[in-house]
Amino acid sequence: MAVTILIPTALRAFTDRKAEVEVEGGTAGEAIAAFAGAYPDIRNHLYDDGGNLRSFINIYVGEKNVKNASGLETPVPDGETVMIVPAIAGGKAPAPDCGARSNDKGRRP
Amino acid sequence: MILVSGDVERHIRAEGEKWYPDECCGFLLGQIDESGRRRVEDILPVPNAGQAEERHHRFRIEPDDFMRAERQARLRGLDVIGFYHSHPDHPATPSEYDREQALPFYSYVILSVRRGASAEISSWELSGDRALFNHEELECAAQHRARKRRY
Ligand SMILES: [Zn+2]
Repeated sequence: MAVTILIPTALRAFTDRKAEVEVEGGTAGEAIAAFAGAYPDIRNHLYDDGGNLRSFINIYVGEKNVKNASGLETPVPDGETVMIVPAIAGGKAPAPDCGARSNDKGRRP
Repeated sequence: MILVSGDVERHIRAEGEKWYPDECCGFLLGQIDESGRRRVEDILPVPNAGQAEERHHRFRIEPDDFMRAERQARLRGLDVIGFYHSHPDHPATPSEYDREQALPFYSYVILSVRRGASAEISSWELSGDRALFNHEELECAAQHRARKRRY
């Protein structure tokens, strides 16, 4: 089944400037894996060394965050869009001490 | 180089003052030409999704807001080219936390707000190796002047 991956501006350096790419996949995980297969340089930005999706990367099927559905098993209907959305944060305060906050952000690429 | 119209600059300043003493945040929608010059056409303010007691020195943007901003930008033929946020009673320079959380490529516009009044504004871009937040020249178009800052 053909689905369209919508690529954020920051990752288009790895997709020959393309803003969207069509791939085959029946679930969100399959679609993202097919995308990473087509553009291997992007792999490291999406997956950690253990092959898991990085925790600050969110995947949307249509307008639904797969974290609120079945995760990477979330089905993608034919013709639907899959969007890669990074989490964004910052602020003037210095970084918190270790242990002050749970650090589940993971390492950024 | 990032070009900001007078309207956009006023809008960012108004948002910073409106949310003082909390940090405000939002998206920069615009275009990048072949030479890499960036032009902000509009901003899209979003709520600071940080915890209430953290919002005076931190900002967080909900992924849902990013998803909607991407969709809106695409509909208008624009791109999300970066983000803005404010530093209440603090210089418009990125903190170590800003650098740790940043993503390469995007422009990070920072507005200083002092005692409720907007002050200096600057833009920053993370180096590819994530080691440095480099200053990006920010030009405010309507004022016909360039604001330059050094480290
Ligand atoms: Zn900051």
